Amino acid sequence: MYDPTVARLTYRALLGRRRALILGALPLLLIVIAVAVRGLAGADDQTASDLLGGLALATMVPIIGVIAGTGAIGPEIDDGSVVYLLSKPIKRPTIIFTKLIVAIAVTMVFSAVPTLIAGFILNGNGQQVAVAYTVAALVASIAYAALFLLLGTVSRHAVVFGLVYALVWEALFGSLVPGARTLSVQQWSLAVAQKVAGGELVTSDVGLTTATVLLVAVTVLATWYAGQKLRSLTLAGEE
Amino acid sequence: MAVEHSTGTSVPAPGDQTRIHNIGYRSYDGPRLGRAYARRSLYSQSLRGAYGLGRSVKSKVLPMLLFVVMCVPAAIMVAVAVATKAKELPLDYTRYAIVMQAVISLYVASQAPQSVSRDLRFKTVPLYFSRPIETADYVRAKFAALASALFVLTAAPLLVLYVGALLAKLDFADQTKGFAQGLVSVALLSLLFAGIGLVIASFTPRRGFGIAAVIAVLTISYGAVSTLQAIADAQGSGDAVPWIGLFSPITLVDGVQSAFLGATAAFPGGVGPSTAEGVVFVLVALGLIAASYGLLMRRYKKVGL
Repeated sequence: MYDPTVARLTYRALLGRRRALILGALPLLLIVIAVAVRGLAGADDQTASDLLGGLALATMVPIIGVIAGTGAIGPEIDDGSVVYLLSKPIKRPTIIFTKLIVAIAVTMVFSAVPTLIAGFILNGNGQQVAVAYTVAALVASIAYAALFLLLGTVSRHAVVFGLVYALVWEALFGSLVPGARTLSVQQWSLAVAQKVAGGELVTSDVGLTTATVLLVAVTVLATWYAGQKLRSLTLAGEE
Repeated sequence: MAVEHSTGTSVPAPGDQTRIHNIGYRSYDGPRLGRAYARRSLYSQSLRGAYGLGRSVKSKVLPMLLFVVMCVPAAIMVAVAVATKAKELPLDYTRYAIVMQAVISLYVASQAPQSVSRDLRFKTVPLYFSRPIETADYVRAKFAALASALFVLTAAPLLVLYVGALLAKLDFADQTKGFAQGLVSVALLSLLFAGIGLVIASFTPRRGFGIAAVIAVLTISYGAVSTLQAIADAQGSGDAVPWIGLFSPITLVDGVQSAFLGATAAFPGGVGPSTAEGVVFVLVALGLIAASYGLLMRRYKKVGL
């Protein structure tokens, strides 16, 4: 199910040349802000939780997820070079699975690791806040990568739709319509984080069981459907 | 007029086998429309393209959808104001773009790469420059087109609000003043966002990557700035709040309009920059616009060859 050559090519497509630097700029910014806040406000659990929840989990993880998830397959389909990959005797679900693993790994490295570092800088992991949000970022990475990889195979405008989901649905609708929060990767991962932190700081609107079931279901279904889409992929010309 | 015609069956001498036939090509002797015309065409094509006009149905969906999403809240506000006979609109003209910034950001992120990245990817830029236009013309046309498209996007809901306010018989002078201030503010916002979006997009031939990069710069900088402002406000260092606002495009516009255009700042604590600080805001905003123009010029000096 895992093909090292496809993985290597995907890593190169995602991180090759100057792209790794751009991907690395976001985490770096988070850490810089964490240092600034620590210097300005000192160690405070509530501030740490707000910053990690508002900036790291709500904005950074989805954006990195969009870049890694759609970037793993989108450009190849876009410029048509995916034909060369598809014409090799590799099963299409294997291709998707490999690309998913790579996308998850990239998202985790560029979002969960800086979250952990920022958490330790902000309050030295007081009340398990840093670890809780890191777990949330790890869990969210898996779901986002699978979801956005699927979008990459379905639509040519995958990045835009991914961003609309991440920013408009989760951030805007999530804050206005309580029901939308049940259908939000961010809240599911927060449910897991709540279990880890155990305190009052990290809260979610979704129960742990629901969240776990939904997370697993979304990841598996998205991966399966992406494999199906790739099996019947039609190569369209440029619009 | 076929003048040369090797006739008959007679075999020509070996030296005669190569000859030039006049196959009737004509040289163009109509009017030469020149550089200004080419620049105008590029501008109007880019502007139409920014709303998907003259492109496929699929590429019309997103810009039109964002345009509608941008205008609907204004229409709802107007309807409410008319129905309840309110004394004033529920939202200031200047505040509207700040509230709807997610939509504006998405629009810039989707249309800026559409405007420039594809020219880079399909290597059509050298073809443009084989016409009479020059680097400056290309950059100006693209910049002006995206800024105009953004202005249409941001000014249309204001127009809806204004017309609605007049229909609701609100004070004419008051509303006109607010409308004019709103227009100035969204004009600045359009130039600023167009510049930033185009600079980022012009550095990548990959459309998807350009979209993500633009949105990342716009939202992350706003997220970072508003978080820092909230913390600075909570820590009681309210003086720092306006200065932090310099570091993201939307708070920059917010600062300018609360200093000079009679808007209430959306900063935490509602403290906008003073007039002196506002001058810095204006200078930074204009500097950013000029810098993005300069960067685009530098980029296209190289990429066109």
